[in-house]
Amino acid sequence: MNQQNGSILSVKDLRTYFATEDGVVKAVDGITFELTKGETLGIVGESGSGKSVTNLSVMRLIPEPPGQIAGGRIVFDGIDVLGLSIEKVRDLRGRRIAMIFQDPMTSLNPFLKISTQLTEVTRLHLNHNEQQARAHAIKMLKLVGISDAEDRMDSYPHEFSGGMRQRVMIAMALSCDPELLIADEPTTALDVTIQAQILELIKDLKARMGTSVILITHDLGVVAGMTDKIIVMYAGKVFEQAPTKELFATPANPYTKGLLKSVPDPAHEEGKELYQIPGLPPDVAHLPPGCPFAERCYRAEDICRREFPPFVEINSDHHSLCHFAQEVYAESIKENEVLHV
Amino acid sequence: MDENVTAIKGTSLWRDAWKRLLKNRLAVFGLVMLIIIALFVIIGPLVLFWATGITADEIPANGDLIKSFPPSRLHWMGTDEAGRDQFARVLQGGRISLMVGIISTIVSLVVGVSYGAIAGFLGGRIDNVMMRIVDMIYAIPYILIVIVLLSVFGGQNTPSWIKYLSETIGGSGNQGLSQIFLLFFALGLVSWLTMARVVRGQVLSLKNQEFVMAARATGVSTFGIIFRHLVPNTLGPVIVYATLTVPSVMLTEAFLSYLGLGVQAPFASWGSLAADGVKNIAIFPWQLLFPGLTMALTLFSLNFLGDGLRDALDPQTRKF
Repeated sequence: MNQQNGSILSVKDLRTYFATEDGVVKAVDGITFELTKGETLGIVGESGSGKSVTNLSVMRLIPEPPGQIAGGRIVFDGIDVLGLSIEKVRDLRGRRIAMIFQDPMTSLNPFLKISTQLTEVTRLHLNHNEQQARAHAIKMLKLVGISDAEDRMDSYPHEFSGGMRQRVMIAMALSCDPELLIADEPTTALDVTIQAQILELIKDLKARMGTSVILITHDLGVVAGMTDKIIVMYAGKVFEQAPTKELFATPANPYTKGLLKSVPDPAHEEGKELYQIPGLPPDVAHLPPGCPFAERCYRAEDICRREFPPFVEINSDHHSLCHFAQEVYAESIKENEVLHV
Repeated sequence: MDENVTAIKGTSLWRDAWKRLLKNRLAVFGLVMLIIIALFVIIGPLVLFWATGITADEIPANGDLIKSFPPSRLHWMGTDEAGRDQFARVLQGGRISLMVGIISTIVSLVVGVSYGAIAGFLGGRIDNVMMRIVDMIYAIPYILIVIVLLSVFGGQNTPSWIKYLSETIGGSGNQGLSQIFLLFFALGLVSWLTMARVVRGQVLSLKNQEFVMAARATGVSTFGIIFRHLVPNTLGPVIVYATLTVPSVMLTEAFLSYLGLGVQAPFASWGSLAADGVKNIAIFPWQLLFPGLTMALTLFSLNFLGDGLRDALDPQTRKF
């Protein structure tokens, strides 16, 4: 994958390992993806599938030790992120790559006023003086829909509701007009109604500021309306990678199919139990030699337990990690035809 | 947006703590007493001189054989061996005693908080080495360290920066004053150990919280995270512990002065006044009684305030 025109982030064969007492945990094991400028990429997977670790690696935020980026390349706008000194990485963080965290309740410092936390970023990166930083912070708060920003600037985080705090986090993340925004399950800790508002806000700001976004979630419903591309992760590996529409319409991986089936559907028959993928994600410290999903897969055969599956190319944008990718893809097309007849 | 209907006027944690503190009678008593003592000590000597013309150093020129008089209307706390007004001496000595308490605590605060926060945040081997050093210093009786520091760096060997400091503040050529400054630092340098442990413990429990990761993700440096994000979060316990360090430092100073190692004449502290008084305890008991009582009252007040602050700042652990 060469440095194409318009590529903002390119991750190639990234491996992030953690040394634990239980052995080496390969939290991320050979992830490759490419993000074009202005695009939104969704990363979907169960807890522990390595989605967050992937993005913490991009920000070089993996705690070392026990973590270690064991291999691969991360290129952000032509810069080799893994080769940078920590000072240079710090210049990227918050300035060109920003991050929103899962739990707005704990990701703001409870002892510092909102104003202190908001102004710190711009004073650090944009060399704002106190007045400039304050004015900019108020502007950002208004931008994320906090109307009485001047009054609320000097409040403490505990005086805000969860949704408001996430808005503050977004304001902080977008303060320096970053080129890449990584949102790590930005709505998981919020009420459903607030979830929609926050997603709408991210979408709106992305369109206005032209930021590229990586949206990490375990909820396929969240990524459906927001993303251009989706990566499905499982046990530290990319299981399927496709444009959003194609992934939803014609998944080529049994795991993706399982995930799609387990999304609650308003047209769902009443009384019928919601589908769930049987079993639990495997222990990443002790992966079996074959396909890590084999034990839970509806169509696993002997070869799945014996041999690691190949990364099959369905078309140039669509790849699936499965021995039977083509077959599953064909199945999906067939099912779709049945649906649309 | 429906979420932001009304802006609530901010109640910070400090205001809550302040309210809780005001409900604690002993703590309020301590606080009020401390304010009174501080006022007396700071402006007392001036008022006394203005009202009666008495100063702490004035030795009466008359030829009385016995110059120690019991408390009277003119000399509220009597006079000392040399006939100097005891009240004025206690006020003057209080300045030194309180200053030793406060400045030494600030020194211990700066050293202890930085040391503990850095050890706790960096963790791993650095933390291990740093805290083993603390353990080692702990193992040596601190009074011994202070005595060694005072005798090694006392007199002619006082480090030039301490001399400079005392000369800038108190005028040049004052041997006794630089001795007092040396005392500040010597006491500060032995009382930071517990502070370092307290702060380290706090930082250890805080550093894995998400807001630290969030601060890192915005590009804040390690130094910035430790001192701008983590240290403010440890302030509660730090304030409590600092309030309790002041009396212990003052007590140590009194002990050293009693031994003749601390504050030297012509300066006086409550400790050196008490030491003078002990010699005459059988005949002129007020010479020990008043400095001792004043000091006891101050220490009580500080301890009450410290306990009150602990309850106020950490409501979860309050036990009655």
